[in-house]
Amino acid sequence: MRVSVVSHETADMAFLMQNDTRFGLDKKTQLLGPVQLDSGVEFAPVDFAYETYGTLNADKSNAILICHALTGDQYVASNHPVTGKAGWWTRMVGPGKPIDPARHCIISINVLGSCMGSSGPASIDPATGAPYAMGFPVITIADMVRAQASLLDHLGIETLEAVVGGSMGGMQALSWAALYPERVRSAVIIASTARHSAQNIAFHEVGRQAIMADPRWNNGAYYGHEAPAAGLAVARMAAHITYLSEAGLTEKFGRRLQNRDAKSFGFDADFQVESYLRYQGLSFVDRFDANSYLYITRAMDYFDLAEPHDGVLAKAFAGTKTRFCLISFDSDWLYPTAESRRIVHALNAAGAAASFVELSSPFGHDAFLLDAPEMNRIVDGFLRAGESR
Amino acid sequence: MTALRSDLAIIAREVRAHARILDVGCGDGLLMAALRDTKNVDARGMELNARDVATAVARGLSVVQGDADTDLADYPDGSFDYAILSQTLQTTKRPDLVLDHLVRIGRQAFVSFPNFAQWRMRLAHMFGGRMPVTEQLPHTWYDTPNIHHVTIDDFRSFLDERHIKIEGQWFLSGDKPRNERLANLLAEHAVFLLRRD
Repeated sequence: MRVSVVSHETADMAFLMQNDTRFGLDKKTQLLGPVQLDSGVEFAPVDFAYETYGTLNADKSNAILICHALTGDQYVASNHPVTGKAGWWTRMVGPGKPIDPARHCIISINVLGSCMGSSGPASIDPATGAPYAMGFPVITIADMVRAQASLLDHLGIETLEAVVGGSMGGMQALSWAALYPERVRSAVIIASTARHSAQNIAFHEVGRQAIMADPRWNNGAYYGHEAPAAGLAVARMAAHITYLSEAGLTEKFGRRLQNRDAKSFGFDADFQVESYLRYQGLSFVDRFDANSYLYITRAMDYFDLAEPHDGVLAKAFAGTKTRFCLISFDSDWLYPTAESRRIVHALNAAGAAASFVELSSPFGHDAFLLDAPEMNRIVDGFLRAGESR
Repeated sequence: MTALRSDLAIIAREVRAHARILDVGCGDGLLMAALRDTKNVDARGMELNARDVATAVARGLSVVQGDADTDLADYPDGSFDYAILSQTLQTTKRPDLVLDHLVRIGRQAFVSFPNFAQWRMRLAHMFGGRMPVTEQLPHTWYDTPNIHHVTIDDFRSFLDERHIKIEGQWFLSGDKPRNERLANLLAEHAVFLLRRD
């Protein structure tokens, strides 16, 4: 008879969730807050834009939070409202995928500081009735995570089966495990790091300077006017190079010329790789806010998980019961394998249950967004093992 | 379940239930999975080969890609009940340092290895004049992963020098157990249970 009771509960939960306006696609909500920020600011109110797929089970044990990267968003597995393109991680999330709405209640939240509906510099400051612009407080990765935790409280989700993220999403997953170990049963950290290196900061600074050198940036007060699209496009172009590998670029473009038979002896996009980068820059400005780019890159640069623990990363995970799975890619020079290995060493020293593998891919940092059957096999096995415990 | 290799079967039999184990060179996690399923152990693994790691993690095991020669230093002293090194010792660059780590990390350590002094090896060497290629060591001299061949007597004298105590020893010919007598001549494989003095 037990079976029927359980299925009743499940059916009830499914019914409740269908009618629960907190769950579903393209959700927006405002919480009174405040969220206590690392800078000392108490930020309130807090807008959240998020999506959920699948149904929370009766004992609320199947929630998976997916954290997005710098320029990602909550549209993990549904079409992007601006570009119309498919979600950014449909290879990992969807029916029959390792993270499956048939099995999991999947939550993805636009991070604090971003520009797809959660509070960010483009949001209206209720105190002034105008966009925050540079009046938005400087935030950190931990701030993003604290804000997410407050939204999960609102959704009635105490414990996460898993927090999953690549790149900056991986930083959030690590921070979740460090800040809320009792709320995270498993963490999947892909192509990520526990701190931004000097080189990481340097590349971000190039991007920020490109934005701030655009006269249209106007100290951030460009809302209602033309946005600093040229600066933001250059920032994106520089960053995009760091997401690819030398071998990948060579394979894709080599020294091939773009729609011409000979060099122009001018400064047009003679080479295919130039044309490609220009396109990447131009298409990015349609969907991203320049000030958000400043704030989020700053948050990443400030990220050093060991810093609050006397520089000893293992202390961030002392006594943790969270299971960890880390994956790196051999051609990723933005967050190279050595950074994942450093996290693994800390987890080993802390006695945590950790898995780690470096996968081979020619595609550099972006490999985690692309077709990677081995990555899917690992994440699937790792999640299922956590579910059977 | 696939039958365990005979040296692994001995280790699986001898490990205490609910123990914490670290399997160094765990391959695709066969021993770890067996110990988890039969002895309810808390198992962690380390393996160099990425494909094997992926298979082990997909099995739900906690395995990190790492190298016994370089990645054991981070594990704290006595953090496991058993550290296990099966058929891996002879492939390491510095077996002496790996063994030091093993008895440091594990309160006890299991080590198994093929005995290079077994009579078939001796015959191949003495009469064939060639590096032995046998069922248990099927590689040719140029492609063998086994770069530090060791005999049972070598191993014992090493333990003696390092003041590492033998708490158990098992010998195998093929899949059959054999006693300690003339083990260095007759046994194909040895399994030792060790503890730092």
